[in-house]
Amino acid sequence: MRVLRRRKNIEDTSAESVGDPAVAPTSSAAALLPAVKHADRFTFQDLVAEATADIGSRPARLVMTILGTVLGIASLVATLGFAQTAAAQIASQFDGVAATQVVVTPAKAQSGKANTTVATGRLPWDSPERVKLLAGVDSAALIAEVELADGETITAVPVNDPSAPITASPKLFATTQDLPETVDGDLVTGRFFDDGHDARGDRVAVLGQRAAERMGINRVDSQPSIFIAGVSYSVIGIIEGMDRRSEFVDGVIIPQGAARADFGLTAPSELTIHIALGAGPQVAKQAVLALQPDDPESLEARSPAASSDLSQNVQADVNVVFLILGIIALLAGGLGIANVTLLSVMERIGEIGLRRALGATRRQIGAQFMVESIVIGFIGGIIGSALGVLAVIIVAAVQGWSPVTDPLIAVAGTLLGALVGWASGWYPARRAARIEPVAALRGV
Amino acid sequence: MTPAPPLVEFRDVTRSFPGPPEVQALKAATLTVEAGDYISIVGPSGSGKSTMLNLLGLLDRPSVGEYRLAGSLTGDLTEDERAAVRARFIGFVFQSFHLLPRRSVLDNVLMPMLYSGVPRREREARAREALTRVGLGHRIDFFPNSLSGGERQRVAVARAVVSSPQLLLADEPTGNLDQRTSGEVMELFEELNADGLTLIVITHDDAVARRAGRSIRIADGRLTEL
Repeated sequence: MRVLRRRKNIEDTSAESVGDPAVAPTSSAAALLPAVKHADRFTFQDLVAEATADIGSRPARLVMTILGTVLGIASLVATLGFAQTAAAQIASQFDGVAATQVVVTPAKAQSGKANTTVATGRLPWDSPERVKLLAGVDSAALIAEVELADGETITAVPVNDPSAPITASPKLFATTQDLPETVDGDLVTGRFFDDGHDARGDRVAVLGQRAAERMGINRVDSQPSIFIAGVSYSVIGIIEGMDRRSEFVDGVIIPQGAARADFGLTAPSELTIHIALGAGPQVAKQAVLALQPDDPESLEARSPAASSDLSQNVQADVNVVFLILGIIALLAGGLGIANVTLLSVMERIGEIGLRRALGATRRQIGAQFMVESIVIGFIGGIIGSALGVLAVIIVAAVQGWSPVTDPLIAVAGTLLGALVGWASGWYPARRAARIEPVAALRGV
Repeated sequence: MTPAPPLVEFRDVTRSFPGPPEVQALKAATLTVEAGDYISIVGPSGSGKSTMLNLLGLLDRPSVGEYRLAGSLTGDLTEDERAAVRARFIGFVFQSFHLLPRRSVLDNVLMPMLYSGVPRREREARAREALTRVGLGHRIDFFPNSLSGGERQRVAVARAVVSSPQLLLADEPTGNLDQRTSGEVMELFEELNADGLTLIVITHDDAVARRAGRSIRIADGRLTEL
């Protein structure tokens, strides 16, 4: 009589016999079970083929099974897609107003006295010409606010009337010729001064619209005079708009050449640059180098937030409510799959018993239902992702927006569907694996 | 040289189901089946026939006693090993056929070879050959629902023999068939037995039982040779 020893499983036995055919079988498993080549065993392909063979056989039931998953995945993908699209849309609106402006100012340092600062650098007078050569720069203008001496005003009438109430004088600005393009100003009438006026120090002025109203000037064809600290300037235009720098509407703008000659302007206070969309960070970096190659730290450039930062901020506000709804739908979908898979296990008790009698192991039976459920979830994920993306495209098309969706969201949606299938297949697969062939084959 | 061990050897096999009250479905059964035998087991319902079949087919374990298959003890096999032994040694034919309704006849016959380790290349040829042998070569692409009862049982027989088992267990194989088709199926069994297949048929039909070479009666869990 042979000594019989128990073996853990057949794979070990057959692997051993394949590896060393000279080893005599020492257990009943080895005696009864000759080695089988791995390719002829129940492989993963067999598993997938067996698990998927019946999925399409009842289309109506399949539809009901995956409906919840489809809805859940679709709402998640659509919610994220809407958020991205809306973020891109909001970002482009922001860009239209503010994201096209870079401002360069001299760096400031704390001076000896408290709460006062002094500029540590200076902008060259030809700053606009220097930065205009940079890619992404549309136009640039130097701006300086000119301080008038105490008691000096800007008026249209050179009358010194001691009894008149003291009124606030409009602010005086000295700029270069491209100011209207740079700050989106529109001429109401007349013209803006140019480099020629600037170079010659001509005494010409352009009035902001409200300043002109206050001074009673509404026509410039006769080039009316205004008196800035007693010096006569010819008004050649009236300007409005300038949403970015509304203080100009209340101010008087003169060429820098005149300001230097008449009011001792020593340095421009800022350079405003109008840039192409999205060029902000790069222009800001290059502008200081172009302006002060030997000492770029002496200038500060402020650029708008990059649009990617902006859209991330908006995405953080993704509609949490819709995400929760999507997750709930997904849970319902998972329960649906679990339910139908369980039903299918109960219906196929006979088949399970038969497979067990024919030599399927518990693990193979469990895996079969597991894979079936994963594949169903996967199908639901694919359809749901497709519907979600489609919804984003349709809504964007109706709104006239450009649809923006990260392709990874669709991929993740599909995988999430498979994950739901896996989670909901776990219990039915366990039930299937536990079915005893004896019970299953009796009757029916 | 020692003679080949018997294919099936039951020694004092008892199967009891825990109570209360405890039921002994099979009591100290001893049975030897040589390779090539054709045996029928008859008995009224509730006599322990199904228990006997489940034990023979490794679907159940004896409570007491030992079962040797081809000379090897089966009591120490793990669950997975028993499944593998079923796949390669034993073919089953059931009263209610147990064909998969949504698979073709060919696919139904191919199925056991998934688990029995028949080389992949040979599988389809063997399935066709088995179907031809049971006289259904012309029904290969049909679905089970479009076949008659006798044809379905013959598909089940083809499925049972396609992996070349050494032992064929039939549980009331003619229970759902009329007299003529029963005769056809029994003739098929006799042909298979003539080719060397060991056959154990469980039935309550004496006409079917009488065709076997050996007949064993089971009553109240006890075996008696007729």
